[in-house]
Amino acid sequence: MFSPLNIGVGWYLAKRAILRASIWTTALIVFVMLLTFLNLVVVTGVLVGLVEGINNSYRTQYTGDLILSALPTKDYIENTPSVIAFLKTLPQVSLLTERYQAGGTIEANYLTRTSDTEKPNATGAQIIGIDPSAENLFTGLASHVIDGAYLGDNDYDQVMVGNFLLAKYAFGNQPSLTPLTNVDPGSKIRLSVGGVTREVIVKGVIKSKIALLATSVFVPASELRTLIGRTDQNVGQIAVRLVPGSDPNAFEALLLRSGIGEEAKIQTFAESIPNGVADIKNTFAMLGNGFSSIGLIVAAITIFIVIFVNALTRRKFIGILKGIGISAEAIEISYIFQSLFYAALGSALGLIVLYGVLVPLIAAHPINFPFSDGVLVAPIPGTLLRILLLVAATIIAGYLPARMIVRKNTLDSILGRA
Amino acid sequence: MIEVKNLVKTFKDGPKETRVLKGIDFSSASGEFVAIMGRSGAGKSTFLYQMSLLDEPTSGEILIENKEAHRMSEREKMLLRLAEFGYVFQDYALLPELTALENVVVPLLMQGLTKNAAEVKAGEALEKVGLASRFDNLPGQLSGGEQQRVAISRAIAHGPSILFADEPTANLDRESSAVVMKLFEGLHRAGQTIIMVTHEDEYAKFAQRVVTLDEGKIVSERKS
Repeated sequence: MFSPLNIGVGWYLAKRAILRASIWTTALIVFVMLLTFLNLVVVTGVLVGLVEGINNSYRTQYTGDLILSALPTKDYIENTPSVIAFLKTLPQVSLLTERYQAGGTIEANYLTRTSDTEKPNATGAQIIGIDPSAENLFTGLASHVIDGAYLGDNDYDQVMVGNFLLAKYAFGNQPSLTPLTNVDPGSKIRLSVGGVTREVIVKGVIKSKIALLATSVFVPASELRTLIGRTDQNVGQIAVRLVPGSDPNAFEALLLRSGIGEEAKIQTFAESIPNGVADIKNTFAMLGNGFSSIGLIVAAITIFIVIFVNALTRRKFIGILKGIGISAEAIEISYIFQSLFYAALGSALGLIVLYGVLVPLIAAHPINFPFSDGVLVAPIPGTLLRILLLVAATIIAGYLPARMIVRKNTLDSILGRA
Repeated sequence: MIEVKNLVKTFKDGPKETRVLKGIDFSSASGEFVAIMGRSGAGKSTFLYQMSLLDEPTSGEILIENKEAHRMSEREKMLLRLAEFGYVFQDYALLPELTALENVVVPLLMQGLTKNAAEVKAGEALEKVGLASRFDNLPGQLSGGEQQRVAISRAIAHGPSILFADEPTANLDRESSAVVMKLFEGLHRAGQTIIMVTHEDEYAKFAQRVVTLDEGKIVSERKS
């Protein structure tokens, strides 16, 4: 079928059919192919990007590129000062922040409670002790304040509360949480950690799409140290940001070789992501591929219909071509070339729209999903694979109707007989 | 040389069968110009289509240069049509998205000529029919007579053994019809075998021999 002669004649016919076709018809078909391409890439890309947005937020707002935490047998990282001193000597380290951690509860409206039998308006929370300046430099936490103000370095008895812990700012009802009511910046609440209770003022409300942060209370590190009775400088976590281009895995290996693994659990960002998030990402990728498959079938059917209608209306001319001795294969190849042209042009325009507009635009302005700042994930190998699938589907969808028409009786085609 | 023996063509429409050709015997020598005449529905176009291998007869034999064409595969017939036959249809049958030159070039390319060689040959064929200045015109930009002349160029460009023409003047005015018939006359003088279906006596006179069909049978033959 694919002899040089048939390909040559097919190309000659296809080129002229494309060049002299109605510009509006061509534009419409190419537009359909463009939308199909975007459907194939963007649906999966947004679904995966939704989870990727969570990952990005987790990395920028919490873990950094690496996170050091207490060993399972300890409440803190042993010899924290020497670990930090060592980290600061390494050229790969760009920034770091130290955090104290403890479980605790917060309670509101205790002054208006009328009896001891009345259920207190309290909820459990993770209490994180931070150096406000260092934490803000590392995570930009101050930019997540939606009400009130960020902690100052000299603040004491003042806290920042995650939005899920306050009824006024919570997004839906979180299981196992009983958000505090009637709490705003300036309100007094009780903070209890390790059997010690202290009345503190809510200075600000932090809104984050990272559930871990949205259910935390941030207090000055010095205050949490007194609440948990820590007399040394050992912290619960050290988050590390590397200079751009550094490999977190290589850096992790370096730390392990240096013996820090004896003092702390070392995890790269990827290792620290909860398994559930990776599962969600894979699930969304599967869903995206499912939707894309449907899109691919729709595209194939669209091309089939377009080529079929085109071949049907040109049945007489196909008959004439056969009548004057043009091989059926050359005629079919001419339709394959036409289909390829539509797929290639649609995909090329799709690539321009995708990488020239959508990816940079959404990276600069992430999609504001309720639980994620979604980005568009479109890795080039995946995109190229989808182009190949689209082209293959288009070739088949273009070839089949052409073959159906070409195989009809030559004279019936010329005379327009059924 | 083309020879037809006991050619039968039956059309089926459900249980109904219509026998259009009822056992025709016919032959034509090389270089002959034959006109096939008959009233409407006599079967003359159907006869031409069977002879020219555009359609499959129900039974009978077709010999082209003593080769049994009725036994050939579709591909062999296609190659025979490409190399040995030329066609001129009533409605010109040009491809609308191809220029006059390109319409003539396509079958030449299929014969294996390079694009340049095909264009030279096609150009010569168009010049022969007086369309040297219309190479780049699309069929829609040409008059009916000019379109038919492009169709004739396409039919003769590769030097076919037989030129089949089905009512070539039916859609043309008298002036254009005369031009077409003059071209046929010139081709015949140059040795071209022509088998032409027409229902007009005026144009049948250009042929050497006139064969008349009626109800699927040859009812008369006469020298013109």
